[in-house]
Amino acid sequence: MQRQFLSRLIQSLFLLFGVLLLVFIMVRMTGDPARLMLPREATDAEVEAFRDAMGFNRPIPVQFWGFLTKAIQGDFGKSLHYKIPAMELVLGRLPATLQLASVGLLYALLIAIPLGIIGGFHPGSLVDSFGRLVALLGQSIPNFWLAMMMIVLFAVKLHWFPSFGRDEWKSMIMPAFVLGLPTMSRIIRLTRSSVLEIRSEDFIRTAYSKGLDPRVIYVKHVLRNVLIPLVSVIGVSFGYMLGGSIYIEAIFAWPGIGQLIEQAIGWRDFPLVQAIAVFVSVVVILLNLLTDMAYGIIDPRIRYGERTSTSN
Amino acid sequence: MAREQVLQTDHSLPDVERTFLDRLAYASRFLLRDRSGIIGWFVFLIVVFAAIFSHQLSPYDPLDQNLRNSKLPPAWTMEGSWDHPFGTDSLGRDIFSRIIYGARVSLTISFFGVLMAGGIGLMMGTFSGYFGGRVDNVIMGAVNLILSLPYLLFVVFIAAILGRSLLNVVLIFGITDAPIFARVARGEVLRIRELGYVESAISSGARWGRIIFDHILPNLIGPIITLATFEMSAMIFYEAGLGFLGLSVPPTIPSWGNMLSIGRQYLVNAPWIAAFPGLAIMFTSLGMNLLGDWLRDVLDPRLRRARK
Repeated sequence: MQRQFLSRLIQSLFLLFGVLLLVFIMVRMTGDPARLMLPREATDAEVEAFRDAMGFNRPIPVQFWGFLTKAIQGDFGKSLHYKIPAMELVLGRLPATLQLASVGLLYALLIAIPLGIIGGFHPGSLVDSFGRLVALLGQSIPNFWLAMMMIVLFAVKLHWFPSFGRDEWKSMIMPAFVLGLPTMSRIIRLTRSSVLEIRSEDFIRTAYSKGLDPRVIYVKHVLRNVLIPLVSVIGVSFGYMLGGSIYIEAIFAWPGIGQLIEQAIGWRDFPLVQAIAVFVSVVVILLNLLTDMAYGIIDPRIRYGERTSTSN
Repeated sequence: MAREQVLQTDHSLPDVERTFLDRLAYASRFLLRDRSGIIGWFVFLIVVFAAIFSHQLSPYDPLDQNLRNSKLPPAWTMEGSWDHPFGTDSLGRDIFSRIIYGARVSLTISFFGVLMAGGIGLMMGTFSGYFGGRVDNVIMGAVNLILSLPYLLFVVFIAAILGRSLLNVVLIFGITDAPIFARVARGEVLRIRELGYVESAISSGARWGRIIFDHILPNLIGPIITLATFEMSAMIFYEAGLGFLGLSVPPTIPSWGNMLSIGRQYLVNAPWIAAFPGLAIMFTSLGMNLLGDWLRDVLDPRLRRARK
C-alpha cells in the first residue's frame, strides 16, 4: 500500500512537470508570445520593450528553467489586466468555484445514485425508464444552453431566481443545477450498469441460494461493490466540473475561477490564463491521487496489488 | 451468387465465416427490434442530409444581412412570418438557413476531428498494446498526462492561443481526443493478442506488420466505430462551447457555437437566437447517442447482455 502510494505520488509529480511543459510550449512556441499577450494594435517598439521586460528573448531552456522554478513557488507573474500577482487572483476566486462545484456534485449524486440503483435492480420499470430518459437528456442537452434558456424562463419571465451573481442562496440554484446535469446523467448510467453487472455475478447467486435475506444481499453484497466504480467517477467528475464551470460561471456571472478565465481570455491576459490552467490542473491531479487512495481503502483487491490500473 | 452465399452460411458455424450480407441482415433484424436504434439512425441521416444539401435546403444565404429585418421572432409568434420560420438574428440573417449550414460546419469539424483523433489514437494504442514494455510506457504516459488534465479548460486554453480558424478547431479536437481512442484500442489489442489465432500467426512466422493489419486491426473496427459516434457527438458539444466563448471558427462561418454566442448577447429581448442552435445541437447529439448505443449493441455482442 505504501509503496503503491509512493509510486502514484511520483507519477503525479511527473504529471505536474508535464503540465508545466505543455503550458510553456503552448504559450512560448506556437507563435510570438509578446504579440499574443499585447493588444493587437501595439506598436513594434512596445512589443520589443514588452519582450525585454518579460524575458522572451532569452534562450528557450533558460526561459523554461525560470518558468519552472517560479511556477513551483506559485509565481506566474502579474496579471496584465489587474497588475497584481495572478495566483493571488486565482486563489481569491477559488471558494466560489469550489462551492458551486460541491453543491452541483452533491445534488447530482443524491438524485443519480438512487435512480441508478433502482434502475439496476428493476430494469424496465417505470423508475428505470425515467432514469434512462434523464440520463439520455442530460447527456444530449448542452448544459450552458440550458442555462441560458433557464435564465429566460425562470429569471426574466417568472422572476423566481436571480439571473446572475452570488448574493443569496437562491442565486446558487440554477448554476448548480446545470453544472451537475452531465455528471448526474453519467452517474445514473454507471450505477445502473454496475448494479446490473454485479447482480449476475456468481457470489450473488450463492448468497441467494444460502437463503440470505434479499435486503442483506442488496446492501452488503451489491451496493458495496457498486461503490467502487462510483468513487473513481466522483473524483473524475469533480475535476470535470472545475473545468466545465467556465461556461456556467460565465453565463451566471458567478465570481469564480471559470468567470475569471473567460474574462482573462477576453483581455488577452495570458499570464492569468496560464496561472489558471496550471492551478486547475494541479487540483485535478491531486483529486486523482486522492481518488486512487480512496480506491485502495475501499477495495482490498487493489490494496493487495491484484489490479494495478484503476483509472477510469 | 446469392445461392452460394446461402449455402455457405447454412453449413458454417454461427459467428464464424459470416458473409457481409448475413451481417447486414442480422443488423437490420436487430434494428427493427430496437426502437431507439431506429430513431438514432433517422436523426443522424436527417442531419447528414441537411449538411450535404445545405445549399439546396436553405431558403436564404446564411450570411445575407438585412438590418431592417433584424431580430424577427419565429413564425408561430404574433410578429413572426413564414418568410423566416425560425426568425432572424441581430443582423437580420435567417436563422433557419444558418441552422442548416451549421449542420455542415458541425459535422465537418466532428467528422475530421474524429478521423484524426481515431487515426492517431488507433496507431498509438495498437503499438502500445502490441509491443508493450518501453513503447507502452512512453505512449501511455503521454495518454495519461492528457487524460488527467481538465479537458474543457485546456481546449479553451489552446484555442485562445492558436486563434480562430476551422483548421485549428479540427486540429485541437483531433489531437486532444486521440488519447481516448488510444486507450480503448490498447485495451482491445491486449485482449486480442492473447487469442489463439494471433498466437498461431506468430508461431507460423508472420511479421508484426501482417499480424497487426490482418489479424488485430479488423477486430478493432467495432469498438472504434462505436467510440467514434460518441466522440463526434462530444465534439459538436465542444465546438458549441468554444463558439460560445468566441473561440471557435471565425465569426463569418455559421457554426452552431457562433450562433449561441450571438444569442447570448440578445438573450433577454430575442431568446430565439440562442434557442434554435441549442435545439439543433440537442437533436443531433440525441440521435448520435442513440445511434452509438445501438452500434455498441450490434458490434459488441459481449455488452448486449448488460443492457437489458
